[in-house]
Amino acid sequence: MKLVTAVIQPHRLDDVKSALEAAGVRGMTVSEASGYGRQHGHTEVYRGAEYTVDLIPKVRLEVLVAAETAATVVDAIVQAATSGKIGDGKVWVVPVDDVVRVRTGEHGAGAL
Amino acid sequence: MEWDSGNAAWMLTASSLVLLMTPGLALFYGGMSRAKSVLNMMMMSFGVMGIVGVIYILWGWSMSYGTQSVGGIFNNPFESFGLSGVIYDAGGEWIEGLGAYPQIIDIAFQVTFAIITTALISGALAERVKFSAWMIFAGIWVTLAYFPMAHMVWGGGLLSGAEGSIAAALFGVDADGVANTAPIDFAGGTVVHINAGIAALVLALVIGKRRGFGRVPMKPHNLTLTMLGAGLLWFGWFGFNAGSAFAADGLAGWAWVNTTAATAAAILGWLAVERIRDGHATSLGAASGVVAGLVAITPAAGALNPVGSLVLGAIAGVACAYAVGLKYRLGFDDSLDVVGVHLVGGLVGTVLIGFLAVDGSVFFSDGHLGFGGFEQLAIQVIIALVALVFSGVITWLIAIAIKATVGWRITEESEISGIDLTEHGESAYEGIAAGRFATEGK
Repeated sequence: MKLVTAVIQPHRLDDVKSALEAAGVRGMTVSEASGYGRQHGHTEVYRGAEYTVDLIPKVRLEVLVAAETAATVVDAIVQAATSGKIGDGKVWVVPVDDVVRVRTGEHGAGAL
Repeated sequence: MEWDSGNAAWMLTASSLVLLMTPGLALFYGGMSRAKSVLNMMMMSFGVMGIVGVIYILWGWSMSYGTQSVGGIFNNPFESFGLSGVIYDAGGEWIEGLGAYPQIIDIAFQVTFAIITTALISGALAERVKFSAWMIFAGIWVTLAYFPMAHMVWGGGLLSGAEGSIAAALFGVDADGVANTAPIDFAGGTVVHINAGIAALVLALVIGKRRGFGRVPMKPHNLTLTMLGAGLLWFGWFGFNAGSAFAADGLAGWAWVNTTAATAAAILGWLAVERIRDGHATSLGAASGVVAGLVAITPAAGALNPVGSLVLGAIAGVACAYAVGLKYRLGFDDSLDVVGVHLVGGLVGTVLIGFLAVDGSVFFSDGHLGFGGFEQLAIQVIIALVALVFSGVITWLIAIAIKATVGWRITEESEISGIDLTEHGESAYEGIAAGRFATEGK
């Protein structure tokens, strides 16, 4: 099993959700996040004074998938999240030892 | 006495409108402060509604208006202490006010001016001043700076056109004892805006900068509050300016139209500067333009024609948009630009009356374009300068007295963790927005 985590532009979330549904993903966790990468935020001007806002709003999306579908899911996210501009975010995959469904107590692949 | 119920109804409405400006100001300022300081910012306005409201009843009216003037600078505070003898006469009849309605309505109108003027100053002191020091300052300042200015300009004192005034000494008096060229301050360019603006500058210098000023971002936390506040200020300002006609008449309507003309032009002026200089027309710029226009037209609302008001507003919008940048170059922390907007806007309005007033200004004579002379301009500059010096010196004395006794500043730790929590024991918001990720300490 794998955990796919994506940090993306907030305005790409709807497209990414649709793409994941089309790829057969049935559940996900979405949270608001803030941060910066290479673009290092942006500037805002208030009454002529320029401020650098480095922590800018992002969305973090987490999906638990079977190991063999991880690559497909990553591709779906990357395709849907791309706007081609700096700040589009990152996607990464980590191995998961075990998953438990709280309601039934199932373990492993059955709990996905 | 047959009262004019139309005038009375309008003046009671106008008084209520001006009172609403102070909560409007609290929103305007609150939105511009950071999330950890918004309650303190708003409390500075509400605190003033308390302290000045009480003081005005006790000796405020008496120091501003009456028959026992001390050198044309202020009136005897004990002549009508606690409003004794100014509500009804010995026969139990209401005393007449300025416009065929009982004087008690004038008192209602004037108390609201004292409150908003004092509250304006708080914008220069955001996020760093003890609430107790601010309340003490507000009570002393309104007594020693505001009431005398109101007396000098509106109560027949030195800066009015009455006998014994500076204008009367310079230009002589007519058969009624009124100066041949009287200064024009329709609703408070000197008394309210220059007065509060110079006080803000002096306090910002005496009290010093916020920790991290100019180094860490101190950007507005909620501009929706600021825009709502600007809207409420505009709405309330109709009471301020049109109410200064002291009647429900043509002059009130004239002041209303001039107020809106100048404010509309000031929005465009401010936004044009931003669009050209910074690339974007901002919401904060629009809200600031509103206030700049309202400030500038305040002394002029009854003296200009509507086209002159458009010109005045546009100039004020552009001038204030540039003036708010001065604090970074000169290095004083006038946090929310009281100096850049109220002092500069008040000076622009007060002085440009000398060029744009429909009668006897540089560009107008008897209501028509044409050379009208320099007397009006001269007296406008004089009252502006006297207001600057008088209020500046008084404010400086009060400020250093408070600095030497109770002290102005909260502790560094309080400033970093947030003044709302340490001064008021409250926080405005839950979670990340509360701004606990402070960076000043680095």
